[in-house]
Amino acid sequence: MGRELNFCEAVNEALATAMTVDPDVICFGLGVGDPKNIFGTTLGLKERFGPDRVFDMPTSENAMTGIAVGASLLGLRPVMVHQRTDFFLLALDQLVNNAAKWHYMFGGGRAAGITIRLITGQGWGQGPTHSQNLHAWFAHIPGLKVVMPTNPYDAKGLLLASIFDPNPVVFIEHRWLHGSRAQVPDSPYRIPFGQAKELLAGQDLTIVATSYLTLEAWHAARFLRDQGISVSVIDLRSIKPLDRETIFRSVQTTGRLLVLDSAHLTGSVAGEIIALVASNLFAGLKQAPERMTFPDAPSPASPALTRNYYPRAPDIAAKVGEMLGRDVNPGALAAQCKFPHDVPGDWFNGPF
Amino acid sequence: METTPEIALALLAQMKRIRMVEEAIADRYPEGRMRCPTHLSIGQEAPAAVLGSLLRMDDLVVSSHRAHAHYLAKGGSLRALIAELYGKETGCSRGRGGSMHLVDIDAGFMGSTAIVANSIPVGAGLGLALRMRHSENIACIFLGDGAVEEGVFYETANFAVLRRLPVVFICENNGYSVYSPLSVRQPENRELSSLAAAIGLRSGCVDSVDVLALHAQVAERMRAAREECLPAFIEIKTFRWREHCGPNHDDDLGYRDARLVDYWHAHDPLRLLQERLLDERCITSVGLATMERGIRDEIEDAFRFAEDSPFPDPDTLAEGVYRADDSVGIPWVGN
Repeated sequence: MGRELNFCEAVNEALATAMTVDPDVICFGLGVGDPKNIFGTTLGLKERFGPDRVFDMPTSENAMTGIAVGASLLGLRPVMVHQRTDFFLLALDQLVNNAAKWHYMFGGGRAAGITIRLITGQGWGQGPTHSQNLHAWFAHIPGLKVVMPTNPYDAKGLLLASIFDPNPVVFIEHRWLHGSRAQVPDSPYRIPFGQAKELLAGQDLTIVATSYLTLEAWHAARFLRDQGISVSVIDLRSIKPLDRETIFRSVQTTGRLLVLDSAHLTGSVAGEIIALVASNLFAGLKQAPERMTFPDAPSPASPALTRNYYPRAPDIAAKVGEMLGRDVNPGALAAQCKFPHDVPGDWFNGPF
Repeated sequence: METTPEIALALLAQMKRIRMVEEAIADRYPEGRMRCPTHLSIGQEAPAAVLGSLLRMDDLVVSSHRAHAHYLAKGGSLRALIAELYGKETGCSRGRGGSMHLVDIDAGFMGSTAIVANSIPVGAGLGLALRMRHSENIACIFLGDGAVEEGVFYETANFAVLRRLPVVFICENNGYSVYSPLSVRQPENRELSSLAAAIGLRSGCVDSVDVLALHAQVAERMRAAREECLPAFIEIKTFRWREHCGPNHDDDLGYRDARLVDYWHAHDPLRLLQERLLDERCITSVGLATMERGIRDEIEDAFRFAEDSPFPDPDTLAEGVYRADDSVGIPWVGN
C-alpha cells in the first residue's frame, strides 16, 4: 500500500522504520528534537524511541562525527544530520581520515557504518556558505558512498539502504526537494546504490542529472518532447557508486550527452562522467559531450546575482536546442514558471 | 588498589618489554625493511604499563601516532606489530596501516590513528556505545600534550562530561609537539590538567618517575571513573628519549634544555623501578636476567615471524575499501 508523502515525511518514515527494525540505530544532530525537528524529518522520533537514541547535540560537528564513528565500531548505526552541508566541513577530519578509511587501514576488521545526512541550500540569499554542493569532494574519497535522492520514494528506499550499509554514507538532501510529493509504499524497502533510473527514454540526446537538477531536466525534456525532440533523462541517485552502464547504454542510443551537475565546473562529477563516456564510447559520440554546472564562483546572496547562477529548465532546453541545432524557444518554457527564480515553489517562503 | 609486589614485577616486566621492543626496532630500522614513519615510546613506558595493568581485557583503548607501548601493554600481539612495521600481510592491519595504525580487537585495542587528537572522539563514541549497552567497561583514550591544543579535544571532553560517559583520557605530557615546546604553545605556568578540569573532567596531574606511585594514583582515579561513571583526565608527566619520529637520538639539535634531558636520564622510571625492586628483593639479578632473556626470545621470534611472513598480494590493493556484509532483512527493490 502506498500513499502520497512529501520528501521530509519519507525521510521521517525511513528513520522511524530503521529505528523500529534495529535498536542499534541512533539519530542525532543539531536541532534533532527541537520544535522544528530538521524541517520535520525527525518529528516524533525522540518521543517514540527515547532520548538515548534520538538526541540534540553540542555544537561540535567534528567530535560528534568521531563519536558516531566510535559508536559504530561497537555495532551502533548512527544517523547524523546537518541542516546545511557547509557546517559539516568542520567534521572533515573525522569523515575523511577516520570514517572513510577505518575498514581499509585496519586491514578489514571493523567499519564505520555511519550515515551523514546533509541538506543543501539554494536561493533565497543562502549565499556563499549556506548553499555549497560538495558531493564531488565526498565522491573523491575512497571508502565513502554518496547518495543524492531526487524524490520521496527514492529518499525512503535510499535512506534505509544507507542506514543499514556497513560503510559510511553521505546522504545529500536538496532543500528544494523537501516539498516534493510522490507515492511512497508503507512497507520498508531498500534501493540499491549504483542503480540509476531512466525517467524518460529518448533517441536524440541523453541528459544525466542528480538530485534537484533532475526535476529541471524533466521539465525541459517534457517541453522538448512537444517540439519533437526526444531526450533521455537519467537520474543517477547515487554518484558513488556510479552506474556507468545505464549512462553508457543510453549514450550508445543517442550519441549525445549533456550532464547536469549542481556544483562548480572545475573538478565536478559532470567532468568525471564526460571523461568516462569519452574514454569508453568515443567512436559512438555524434558530438562533444557538454555539461551545465554552477560557475566557478561562490553562490552569491543577492537574487540579482543568482538569476544566472543556477541552470534551470529553460536553460537546459536552450542548451539541448543548441546541441541539436534547433530553435526551441525556451522563453515559452520560462513563461510557464509562476514563481521567482530563487525559490523552489509557492511552498517556500524562507528563511532557510 | 594496593600496588603489590606481583603488580610491581608485572609493571617492570611490561616496561622492560616495551623498552626492549622499541630498542630492537630502533636497532634494525636502518636496515630499511620497516618502511614507515615510526614513533618510539622509549622513556614513556610507564603510563602504558600502568594503564595496561589497570585496564581489563574487555576495556577498550584508542591511541595516537605513538602507540606501540599502548598496544603492547593492552595485550596486542607483538608478532602482528612487528609484521605491520614490515608491511606484511600478517601485520595487525595487514600492512595497510603501518606503525601509526595499530589494532587488536581481541585485546580491546580498537585503533590508533595518526592525525593529532583524531582518535579522541572515537574513544568517546566507544564510551557512548558502552553506556548504551549498560556495559561496565570503560574506554581509555591515550593522547599527547599536543592534542590538548586541538578543538576536538574540548568538543569531546564536553560531550563526555555532558553524558557522563565511561571514558578516561590519559594525557602523556612529554613537553614537546615534535620540536615545539609547551612554552610556544601554552601560557606560562598553565597546567594541562587545569584546562581539562575547567571543562568538567575529573582531572589531575601525576609524575611518572616513581612508577609505583604513578600506579597507585592512576588506580585510584580509574576506580572513581569506573564506579562513579564520571569521565576522568589524567595528565602524566613523561619524557621521550629519542627523536619525535624515527630511531635516533636528536638532542644534538639543542631543542631541549640539556638539564631537562639530564634530569630524565638520571630519573629513568624503568631503571629506578628495577633498582628499587632489586633493593627490596622483589626480584633477584638472576630473576631479572631470566626476565630479559624471555623478552629477548619473544622479540627474536616476532622479528623472525615478520621477516618470514609474506607481503600482501599486490592484486589485493583495492580490496577492503568497502565492507560488503548485509545483516538486515529489509527487502531490496529494483527499478
